[in-house]
Amino acid sequence: MSAPWQKNGYEAVIGLEIHVQLATNSKLFCSCANQFGDEPNTNVCMVCLAHPGAMPVANAEAIRQATRVGVALGCRIPETSEFSRKQYFYPDSPKAYQISQYDQPMCAEGLFRVPGEGGFDVRLTRAHLEEDAAKMIHAGGEGGRISGSAGSIVDFNRVGTPLLEIVSEPDIRSPEDARRFLTLLRATVVAIGASDCDMEKGSLRADANVSIRPIGSTEYGTKTELKNMNSFRFLERGIEAELERQLEVVLGGGSIEQETLHFDPVAGTLSSLRSKEQAHDYRYFPEPDLLPVHQTEAGLVELGSDLPELPAARFDRLVAAGLTEPTALALAVDADLARYLDAVATDTGDLKTSANWTMGEFSAHLNGAGLSANQSPVTPERLAALIALVVDGTINQTAAKEVFGVLVEDPQATAAGVVVDRNLAQVGGDDALGEIIDAVLAAHPEEVEAFKGGREQVIGFLVGQCMKQSGGRADAKALQGLLRARLNG
Amino acid sequence: MAAIDVIGLTAERAAAMLRAGECSSEELAGAYLERIEAFDPALHAYLHVDPELTLAAARTQDQSGNVGLAGVPIAYKDLLSTKGVPTTAGSKILEGFIPLEDADVVARGNAAGLVSLGKTNLDEFAMGSSTEHSAYGPTRNPWDQTRVPGGSSGGSAAVVAAGLAPWSLGTDTGGSIRQPAAFCGLVGLMPTYGTVSRFGVVAFACSLEQVGPMTLTVRDCALLQQVIAGGSERDATCVGLREPIVLPEPGRLDGVRFGVPWAELEDGVDPGIRERFDASLKLATELGAELVDVELPYARHGLAAYYVIAPAEASANLSRFDGVRYGLRVDGPDLRSMYEATRSAGFGPEVKRRIMIGTYALSAGYHDAYYVQAQRVRTLIRRDFDAAFLGVDAILLPTAPTTAFPMGARMDDPLAMYANDIFTLPVNLAGIPALSIPNGLVEGLPSGLQIIGAAHTENTLLRFGAAFEQAIGFDPVPPTLRGGAA
Repeated sequence: MSAPWQKNGYEAVIGLEIHVQLATNSKLFCSCANQFGDEPNTNVCMVCLAHPGAMPVANAEAIRQATRVGVALGCRIPETSEFSRKQYFYPDSPKAYQISQYDQPMCAEGLFRVPGEGGFDVRLTRAHLEEDAAKMIHAGGEGGRISGSAGSIVDFNRVGTPLLEIVSEPDIRSPEDARRFLTLLRATVVAIGASDCDMEKGSLRADANVSIRPIGSTEYGTKTELKNMNSFRFLERGIEAELERQLEVVLGGGSIEQETLHFDPVAGTLSSLRSKEQAHDYRYFPEPDLLPVHQTEAGLVELGSDLPELPAARFDRLVAAGLTEPTALALAVDADLARYLDAVATDTGDLKTSANWTMGEFSAHLNGAGLSANQSPVTPERLAALIALVVDGTINQTAAKEVFGVLVEDPQATAAGVVVDRNLAQVGGDDALGEIIDAVLAAHPEEVEAFKGGREQVIGFLVGQCMKQSGGRADAKALQGLLRARLNG
Repeated sequence: MAAIDVIGLTAERAAAMLRAGECSSEELAGAYLERIEAFDPALHAYLHVDPELTLAAARTQDQSGNVGLAGVPIAYKDLLSTKGVPTTAGSKILEGFIPLEDADVVARGNAAGLVSLGKTNLDEFAMGSSTEHSAYGPTRNPWDQTRVPGGSSGGSAAVVAAGLAPWSLGTDTGGSIRQPAAFCGLVGLMPTYGTVSRFGVVAFACSLEQVGPMTLTVRDCALLQQVIAGGSERDATCVGLREPIVLPEPGRLDGVRFGVPWAELEDGVDPGIRERFDASLKLATELGAELVDVELPYARHGLAAYYVIAPAEASANLSRFDGVRYGLRVDGPDLRSMYEATRSAGFGPEVKRRIMIGTYALSAGYHDAYYVQAQRVRTLIRRDFDAAFLGVDAILLPTAPTTAFPMGARMDDPLAMYANDIFTLPVNLAGIPALSIPNGLVEGLPSGLQIIGAAHTENTLLRFGAAFEQAIGFDPVPPTLRGGAA
């Protein structure tokens, strides 16, 4: 089903501005701890509080992580970049300027590929390193919001957290694609360990620039900027709501005003934060307290060769290995699970079967227990040993699931040991199965007659009875073959 | 024992007295504190003196420090953060502010065992050339109390000239060490940019300023520079010294080539200043030096470029004084009103003027015409100096075009006030070192000779300075203060 704007002959044009908090030990310009959730105003110093005489000193690890993200996102890394002061008065900005980057960012233009069916490329404009602002809590306002609040308090723990702002070109054409792009980008940043990218905690934040234009037009319409979409679902819904709003305005003969909008996920509504006239003049100029950042060719090569497999490449590899696109995508965006799968497959030598188990029983167990792949008691080696027993016919699927359950419960258990202890080895020999079949056929003469009379589906019932008789251990495939042969014979 | 006569006492001599056991640090500090009590009410050179704190620090040195400069007193410009001791930057907006940390230069002073006598007056946020822009009232020149001591480090100059400290630290953004040194008959050094840490220095214009010594002699200047210079992990722009500072010995100047930018001296220089400057050139040749004509064609645009770049940086640096976290807050019905009321009440007129200029120069639509253009001029000035130093060892200029002017004379004419820094501020724009030494009196008032060098040539400048110092034979004690303790 096509979206309302498409039905009316319009195309969505979307670009994202993504803020990623880098997971460094210390803040960007001082040695205070960079961590979330501490008592307010405990991880602060004279730099954080902008005391007179405080000076910023750039965190080399933050610069390294920002560069790694840039390389992973396919950005060009300029030889020289510099910090600039972005000036605005607000209590969350203690210096009344944010040290950011202006015309010489850490990471320049890039191309990010979203693979798979309906895949697309998104050009990246830039990615620049900057310091996060302090956290404002508006006391008395609904949900900490400023409207209706009696006063505001400021927590400076967050100020100075290294933040990488990634800006995309308006190359995204639907809210779903925006979500898909952000999902893969997030996975890429997480994969290289630069950030945990937790939208709920705010370590990943996305703003969207949204406009519509007549299908076929090459000019951009007036865009609005959407803020505060703190989940993937809200991102998609917010953009959708804004596209619908813009369509309504345009269809009503009006024109879109350039403005910044706040999305309320509860009400699903948009409210204006500021119009173009209220846009800031940030009065950027180069930060005189910091030296320019220089990158060397050799340093970048070394950094690039140290990167792990990235999600897009993993997706390609898994699809080429025969996995379905949805399975490959699920594994591409979950680095832990993908690493787990690779470890299992290395042992079993069978990626497809390993993937079925990893995405099936194993994922269900993780979800149920609220664990990540590397926290599970079922190590890749233990699962691989179990899969091996299935592949070589020692046990059937039913028994394997039982074994898996034991592996989860008892970290000491081995798959082979459980099979012996519980006598789960598959009953597969013709003689053994023949005895069972004889007994079942003798006990169900009516069904045998019915089969011979042409009601072939009865065989399912007979197989089930045989399986029951075997205690679930019969080799289902062999059983069916033998049964059919006897009935037809 | 008899009271120690500290008038005209150099830090080098004070250290020798301490090391020889002729006096204790406590007695020495006590002697200065007595003079401060007697003379500072008239001069108003100190903003903060805490005798108990000073004497306690002196006693600590008497007990533990018995090497080098340990126990020698010093005064710090009140732009330098002192842990636990009020630091105002000469502004009402920082009244009562107590820093959490010492400035790196103060920490280095402490590490060397120097004993702080107090914090000295300055033009508010170092913006001015007379110390009349202090929110706490002006400082008077010990040579003539109807005149200004220069600025912005006027307090640091006056305390040394009046024998209220053996030496002091100032800061220089456009001449703020050298011009008051010249006005008060002292030696002052603007070090190469990036050799002295700015951590803890209340920022005015980050790309221009350095901390430097203000002393009675060139050797004291070298001694204090040894203490304060060096790289810092807390100032990313501070790389430290290329070579250690050497104590200079006076000598001849055979084979030295001094550049003289004659074209810059054609107008705007008082005849008396010009006379003293010409006399020092004659001395130079008598000492064996050669004078070479150099051209600094863009230096004359330094004033214009400076008064774009410095206010631009200042407008950002001073934005943090918003009433939210520390310092003055004047409440208002909403956030914006609080900002406006606080900053209106907290800043003086000169600071407001520069914030306005700087904000304008960085605004959309003007940024390129002002800020970017000024940076281009700055680059050209730097190249002027680079080219000149290919052919000369140092450049000579008067430090200021006038002697100390009467109090109030330039307060209504900002441009005339700014013009007093015409010979000093190109040096800050180029980031190179310059030494100002006393160059004799003009109608009873000191004048200054400025020796400008290429980056990292402090040792050369100090050696030249020592040679001139001996040849000129200036007595740095004002006549009214001569003849022992008053």
